[in-house]
Amino acid sequence: MTDKLHLDRAHLHHLYREMLRIRRFEAKCVELYQAQKIRGFLHLYDGEEPVAVGVMAALEARDAVVATYREHGQALARGVPMRALMAEMLGKLEGCCRGRGGSMHIFDRERRFFGGNAIVGGSLPLAVGIAMADKQLRPGALTACFFGEGAVAEGAFHESMNLAALWQLPVLFVCENNLYAMGVPLKDAESQTDVFRKAEAYRMASAQVDAMEPVQMAAAARRAVDHVRAGQGPFFLECRTYRFRAHSMFDTQAYRTREEIESWKRRDPIERLRRWMEDNHLLSPDEAAAIDAGIAAEIGDAVAFAEAGTLEPVAELERFVLMDSVVQEQAA
Amino acid sequence: MNTTPMKMTYREACRQAIREALLSDPRCFVMGEDVGKYGGCYAVTKGLLEEFGPDRIRDTPLAENGFVGAGIGAALTGLRPIVEIMTCNFSMLALDQIMNNAATLSHMSGGQFAVPVVIRMATGGGRQLAAQHSHSLEGWYAHIPGLKVLAPATVEDARHMLAAALADPNPVLLFEHVVLYNAEDEIDPAVTAVDIAHARRRRAGSDVSLITYGNSLPKCLAAADALAGEGISADVIDLRVLRPLDIAAVIESVARTHRCVIVDEGWKSGSISAEISARLAEDALHELDAPVRRVCSREVPVPYAAQMEEASLPQVSDIVAAARGLVNPG
Ligand SMILES: Cc1ncc(C[n+]2csc(CCOP(=O)(O)OP(=O)(O)O)c2C)c(N)n1
Repeated sequence: MTDKLHLDRAHLHHLYREMLRIRRFEAKCVELYQAQKIRGFLHLYDGEEPVAVGVMAALEARDAVVATYREHGQALARGVPMRALMAEMLGKLEGCCRGRGGSMHIFDRERRFFGGNAIVGGSLPLAVGIAMADKQLRPGALTACFFGEGAVAEGAFHESMNLAALWQLPVLFVCENNLYAMGVPLKDAESQTDVFRKAEAYRMASAQVDAMEPVQMAAAARRAVDHVRAGQGPFFLECRTYRFRAHSMFDTQAYRTREEIESWKRRDPIERLRRWMEDNHLLSPDEAAAIDAGIAAEIGDAVAFAEAGTLEPVAELERFVLMDSVVQEQAA
Repeated sequence: MNTTPMKMTYREACRQAIREALLSDPRCFVMGEDVGKYGGCYAVTKGLLEEFGPDRIRDTPLAENGFVGAGIGAALTGLRPIVEIMTCNFSMLALDQIMNNAATLSHMSGGQFAVPVVIRMATGGGRQLAAQHSHSLEGWYAHIPGLKVLAPATVEDARHMLAAALADPNPVLLFEHVVLYNAEDEIDPAVTAVDIAHARRRRAGSDVSLITYGNSLPKCLAAADALAGEGISADVIDLRVLRPLDIAAVIESVARTHRCVIVDEGWKSGSISAEISARLAEDALHELDAPVRRVCSREVPVPYAAQMEEASLPQVSDIVAAARGLVNPG
């Protein structure tokens, strides 16, 4: 394992493009929300894109991903097709969950994407179980579990940390520490604000990374994945980040100042990566324009697909409450 | 004293009730996730932090079992906590403390301790929030001896039930329906208290009883209007209190109409509607001229898509159809 990650031009382009794709997809979601085509809660990921993109770049198809209600970024970066994601947001049958889950409950079995969970901390025990099964059934596969720093106050967090460390399970805990749990700042929620130190109490390897730096984020994710993949037990990665937007669409943000938000926006990871790549002749204006155009076309296509989608017939309502048989996971 | 009727929202009524409690009793405080700086996830506690300060409007970390249990402990030794859980879906994380401590300590201690805690939570579907944010679990809590379970359906009850709950020496759970928060109504300033022991007749009728609570009350009233247009007179009973259940009020209504439709946003199996049906069968079978009918949520986790969510929850047309089917069978 090397500590230095070789980030070539193709990889940098990938990181940049994927981050921008998430950013633009969500901007479109806001429009569709305002047009009342997307309903319910909508939690956006602006500013946090390096986390999902960095971690996913280090994962393989055989790995599993578990996410929260703020999961569009993870879903897109994991390869959930934008069409199916957008159709889900619009509640259409063509959506990845037939419109039953909506923005907070994105699932994609083919990509081993296990939600989309709107109970804070609720998915951590699931990640432990998925990793437990994988250790037995798919040696070498790991589970990446995303959650906010708010979740670390829940009992489920501590129970999961202990089980994962005790049983040396292949889990990568990805704490997206954006400093606020809705309106509660980290310092008002935790007696220990270096969240990664909590992992130490469970004798779990851990690290903290500045997730506003996409390259550093990608490198830290790579090292963490290598650790788990090598069979050295779980890893806890605390990603220091910031959400530029409100918690959800119903938040007046009385708990933080405009200046604070602006000062973080000046560290916009996408902008900075673009400028850095331009300055180092890794991204030409033509390439940047081509990336923009490609994303715009993909979003246009996804929206058209979703809008043209159908509504699931109400007669189907009671399907999937119970299944007729266990869905077998495809062999890795 | 002001005697002109005042118009306010259900949300505002909840807020005024909390404010009044804080002003009148120094032992009273509010505790929960985002009740302070954020103003409450349904904006019920907005402005209270500025007025009362962080000791009395206490933001907690995400730790439902922890802070609900802390509320129970505080109530054991003299404070009067109003604990807010964002929605009843998240109260599952605190179920251990509610069930194994709040509901049992008085009994297990042979009456040495009272647990005068009040726990408020939002309940119900209708806002396209999908399964993990849309369920109606008050019926489950109504199963538990040692608790009192309230479901304010009107602005007046939202305004006054809290005081009665705080005055009660027992743990009291208040279920506020998410769809009701924006409901607006005039309330009579001459009414300064309500009881938490009795159901209320919200509309008098003679052909069929509609037994309901919470956000199904406005639906039943709308159904009663529609039924009136067809010449069917519906008696609408708002249970208000799910535990202890005012079954006498239900029987009294059924004894006049001889037909009964129970409307409950919970799932039918094992629900409060099941309990009422059973009590009618046990104690008032001979008052019934027709089988009891129930309009409940369909037995699915509530889906996101609008047409599916609507189909999963009790709707006015379902209530009308059920009542019509009883009065004009065949
Ligand atoms: C068990 C539970 N309690 C409360 C909530 C309401 N809630 C949703 S998101 C949130 C804040 C979570 O913050 P954090 O874990 O830091 O994640 P972030 O939203 O910042 O990504 C809260 C309190 C919930 N969904 N589940």
